[in-house]
Amino acid sequence: MNRQALLKRLFGVLSEDQLLHRVEDLKPYECDALSAYHCLPLAVAIPDEEAQVKAILALCYAEGVPVVARGAGTGLSGGSLPHEDGILLSLARFNRILSVDPESMTAVVQPGVRNLAISEAVQEHGLYYAPDPSSQIACSIGGNVAENAGGVHCLKYGLTVHNIVKLKVLTIEGEELTIGCDALDSPGYDLLALLTGSEGMLAIITEVTVRLLPIPALAKVALASFDDIAVAGEAVSRIIARGVIPAGLELMDNAALCAADDFVQAGYPRDAEAILLCEVDGSLEEVEDQLVLVLEILREAGATDIRVARDEAERAQFWAGRKAAFPAVGRLSPDYYCMDGTIPRHRIAGVLRYIRDLSKEYGLAVVNVFHAGDGNLHPLILYDANNPGELERTEELGGRILDYCVAVGGAITGEHGVGIEKINQMCHQFGSDEITQFHRIKAAFDEKGLLNPGKNIPTLQRCAEFGAMHVHHGQLSHPELERF
Amino acid sequence: MDRDLTDDLQARVREAHAARSPLCIVAGGTRGFYGRRVEGVELAVGGHRGIIEYQPSELVVTVRAGTPLAELEEALREQHQMLAFEPPHHGEDSTIGGTIACGLSGPRRAAAGAARDFVLGVTVINGLGQRCRFGGQVMKNVAGYDAARLMVGAQGTLGLLLDVSLKVLPMPKAEETLKLALGATEMPARVLRWVRQGLPITASCHLEGTLCLRLGSTPSAVRAARARIAREHTCEQTCGEVTADFWRQIRDQRHPFFRASGNLWRLSHLPTTPFYSGDPEAALLEWNGALRWVHAEEDMYAEAERHGGHAQRHPLHAREGADGDIFPALAPGLARIQRRLREAFDPHGILNPGRLCVRDAAAQA
Repeated sequence: MNRQALLKRLFGVLSEDQLLHRVEDLKPYECDALSAYHCLPLAVAIPDEEAQVKAILALCYAEGVPVVARGAGTGLSGGSLPHEDGILLSLARFNRILSVDPESMTAVVQPGVRNLAISEAVQEHGLYYAPDPSSQIACSIGGNVAENAGGVHCLKYGLTVHNIVKLKVLTIEGEELTIGCDALDSPGYDLLALLTGSEGMLAIITEVTVRLLPIPALAKVALASFDDIAVAGEAVSRIIARGVIPAGLELMDNAALCAADDFVQAGYPRDAEAILLCEVDGSLEEVEDQLVLVLEILREAGATDIRVARDEAERAQFWAGRKAAFPAVGRLSPDYYCMDGTIPRHRIAGVLRYIRDLSKEYGLAVVNVFHAGDGNLHPLILYDANNPGELERTEELGGRILDYCVAVGGAITGEHGVGIEKINQMCHQFGSDEITQFHRIKAAFDEKGLLNPGKNIPTLQRCAEFGAMHVHHGQLSHPELERF
Repeated sequence: MDRDLTDDLQARVREAHAARSPLCIVAGGTRGFYGRRVEGVELAVGGHRGIIEYQPSELVVTVRAGTPLAELEEALREQHQMLAFEPPHHGEDSTIGGTIACGLSGPRRAAAGAARDFVLGVTVINGLGQRCRFGGQVMKNVAGYDAARLMVGAQGTLGLLLDVSLKVLPMPKAEETLKLALGATEMPARVLRWVRQGLPITASCHLEGTLCLRLGSTPSAVRAARARIAREHTCEQTCGEVTADFWRQIRDQRHPFFRASGNLWRLSHLPTTPFYSGDPEAALLEWNGALRWVHAEEDMYAEAERHGGHAQRHPLHAREGADGDIFPALAPGLARIQRRLREAFDPHGILNPGRLCVRDAAAQA
């Protein structure tokens, strides 16, 4: 079916303002938040009824047209990068909170509802939705499920997969499935886990039931300064080892904390090599008990200065700096590239040293802001896309950082997803048997391979071309490292 | 004691794949009841055991599947850590592999999460005899599909578990149990209210007119919670070995309640679901009311589904496996996806065929 015929069929389902097809209308949808990759789709469909989504899928299935789902477009790995021969299916207009059950502490929402809007809507019941990616003002819950989004509070409260209980999805054939249930367990395979983080490759999400938590009575944050980033990294492990699970445990290096301080006047100690933000929450008694312990550990670990936020205003100020860190760093350089590797916590110091050496080797500054509590690094590589070759060098440097994360026992992505960005690194993380198994999982849902083709799982051919298939079961690309 | 049988096990699965000969996977042999009897050559994995890596400050343990649950929990206890989903032991020989394969969680489930919530990674041998590692040993990992959590509850039908990496948590510094006189129908709303108020309730169990409520946190937080509950309800404070043993009996379904008949049902739904299964006082309630155990002669599947939940038979006496399905039938669309997934991991259906449901077995034939 040619483009015109397909558009005609789609107009049978969608109204004029629900189907974009002119180049100038398609342009805003050519990329998500990973703007280095862009592509115009055949058309953008923006339905607002489930029956329309069903009809679009049935049509695309029958005609073999690729479908790429998109939420708010805030993804950082190109997961909703359009397909040139496909339909970009925006779920942004499914933005209603369908019901809230304060007693059972759940809410049923449509996929286009913004992450923060859920917490705002249930606040009157003393509840909130825990996962809080830094884009939470804008990002949608459907995208959060597709990427298994995390945030600052993951260590204690889990990722998206731990905070949803039920999904309604449509398969590429247009069949509706209910995955999971309102109970604390479900019969059959755990498809809820499989679909969470599946990057729009297995099904289209049409409804999400989220688990809500009581807002803690109290939260207190300590800001500790260090004159050595490795010592700060060591303090992270010590806190965990002593039986404290902080609600948030974030590390920023000097470049990051100064940029953030310039940007939002967070009151950070600008002479520190690194700072740790450690938040504890719970009942008044729990917070008091834990805070005493945390302060003691931070002192023992060699913090040069420790401040506990005096009140809510100061606590908000401390966090404002962390939450603004990415845009703040964005002011330092024309462009930056945000990485997302995870590592075992005890490797933090070594990995930071490795990144510092690479930064020198490539002549590109790297700023570190990360979720230290769960070993999730976000090195930001500063570059200027107008300098020929600099983006390519940046990507190469980023790739080496991720390879190193894998080599020390970590992963190429903690919360941003693989998308198109890390598709080559997947060949480092997994061997051919695993990648083939992933393709068979995909085929179990989508035999024709129409949902978000080319993302998440590389073809074996791509891995062979990338020259990385040798990394499998102990054959590491960094033989100089001790085994983990 | 620690042994790595990976190569032997892989060879056995490869042979079975080549010969299309079904295997019946057995580790500790204590969870036979939790599914249909499997016709196949026994593949014993209990010898594949030992902790591979455990760094308390990482909150992660990687352990071979045949490791006895008790041995793993003892190693964690020495570091004041625990498996927060509080898995049941169905006998001294229960293993961590069997626990994860069955997806079993205990009294702490409502507060802390289920077995699947603590799985970070697994190594499996799929039905083709290929060794695959999914997930990892870090808290956050979204590379590839989450095939690691998919193994939880799959009872080996998607892959033979070799080892599993689990997130562990520190044990609460203080713990005690309160006993309150309360009607069964009042239990869910009452406990949920306290949960919403942020009280550190780590387990709840209602039986014969008494609610047992376990509190766990820092010492002063437990004291404050007790004082708060005592203000609105007369309660008796208990702790020590007798109390700990009570919770173990509930966790392991060893309490006399569970053995009162051969028709034990496990009903799972929203905690606020009205009672529909006979005399509420004759039930045992857990998980703030979201889990109800009842003895019933009649089939409970349809009734549970009508109330938005699901029922499961729990034939504790069936050591070799149940004669028929114990789990409810899946909706047709889900059953189809499940069958395709099964084929994606085990195209010849050699791993525990028929364990989860009859239709699964029929699909193999």
